[in-house]
Amino acid sequence: MTLSVAGLSYAYGAKQALADVSFAAQPGRFTALLGPNGAGKSTLFGLLAGLLRPGAGRVEVAGHDMARAPRRALAQMGIVFQQTTLDLDLTVRQNLRYFAALRGLAGRAADARIDAALERLGMVERAGEKVRALNGGHRRRTEIARALLHEPAVLLLDEPTVGLDAASRAAITAHVHDLAQDGLAVLWATHLTDEVGQGDHLLVLHQGHLLADGGVGEVTSGAPLSDYFLGVTGHAA
Amino acid sequence: MRAALIALRAIVAREALRFIHQRERFIAALVRPLVWLLVFAAGFRAALGLSITPPYQTYITYEIYIVPGLLGMILLFNGMQSSLSLVYDREMGSMKVLLTAPLPRWWLLLSKLLGSTAISILQAYVFLGIAAAFGIVLPAWGYVAVLPALVLAGLMLGALGLALSSFIKQLENFAGVMNFVIFPMFFLSSALYPLWKMAESSRLLHDICAVNPFTHAVELIRFALYLDWNGAALGWTVLATGVFAALALWGYDPARGMSRR
Repeated sequence: MTLSVAGLSYAYGAKQALADVSFAAQPGRFTALLGPNGAGKSTLFGLLAGLLRPGAGRVEVAGHDMARAPRRALAQMGIVFQQTTLDLDLTVRQNLRYFAALRGLAGRAADARIDAALERLGMVERAGEKVRALNGGHRRRTEIARALLHEPAVLLLDEPTVGLDAASRAAITAHVHDLAQDGLAVLWATHLTDEVGQGDHLLVLHQGHLLADGGVGEVTSGAPLSDYFLGVTGHAA
Repeated sequence: MRAALIALRAIVAREALRFIHQRERFIAALVRPLVWLLVFAAGFRAALGLSITPPYQTYITYEIYIVPGLLGMILLFNGMQSSLSLVYDREMGSMKVLLTAPLPRWWLLLSKLLGSTAISILQAYVFLGIAAAFGIVLPAWGYVAVLPALVLAGLMLGALGLALSSFIKQLENFAGVMNFVIFPMFFLSSALYPLWKMAESSRLLHDICAVNPFTHAVELIRFALYLDWNGAALGWTVLATGVFAALALWGYDPARGMSRR
């Protein structure tokens, strides 16, 4: 079990954002965390990334408890945040070098990893460009490449397709599905049902509660996912 | 250990790169104290009589008097500027990238602090160089002795900025910092006028100046420039640095929920 969450709760003051959420994301599988806006997805990501401390519950990454061994847990995690977190005035390679250094990688070792990650995301020829000159899709690819640099066991992505055009959105969604097939545990938060594949592991989050946890077909009992999602959340998907 | 040093180097380098990319910021940071030195001080030298107080051993002109205060000003503005960039970083999410690095949080914040302090000190020396070109020259060894004082004062003001940045939720609130932190700190200190001069006009104002940590940072710089020892200023500056750093650490504690929106 690569990422496991047990009994996770979080409140902003009196407002309960997450209530007793438990699930696991397995290696080699694309786990889609589907929820309408305001469901608590970003709060969950804050907790998984150790930026927030849970009121109750536990997060474990590759066997490391986030509360007791946060550094070991973080070392196993690649995170793509919802907002872009790149330095716009630096080049793609400079951004990746900075991130590699934050993980203790420097020099030739870092460059080899950077080349491999850029290769994997089809970004090699953009390495020398400033991030400001890149379009949204390429910025996202850069961030995914960055999240893979330290060869994590788990890849977290918080609505990574926000603001992208249809083609880039489809390309990135397909790409991350491939990464999961290669053995990574992927947790992908979204509110768009068309980003979820039939073979994926589905989690449905609504108003801080986990409503469903299982294979897509199993959860929807064969109905189209968008109809199912609309039914349980009462929102247009 | 090696990983921590690699990260430190990268964080400092990133600060430096960002600084190089903002040439206007560098010029603005220099113009401000130079205007004070070459315009304001020139106008005031006639109005303000200064007596001989330590560390000075002869009569000095007002320009000479305010150099340490202006060095403090550079450090103060830079400390606040870096806190502004931290708030910006948080809004842009790059603070999240930093804080999810698998290193102790205090180390990451300290690295950030060292990066911004290094840039402040670079500016301080450029300022001293320009001042010297205008004939405002200090004791030769003072230029060396002032370095540790600048480092400490820079860390103190950087830590203050860091602490403030953890409590400021939005960029827009930064104007408030300007009004309620930078100006009072600068004017209610010994940067522009000696404390005894302040005491002549108001005991209360004098007392406020005397507890202002910025006063002690400026005095530390002033004494160091004249190769003189000021234990009290050093003690207060160290103490204030510790308090501000503790506040900053507390402010960035995940239990407080820094990514709250």
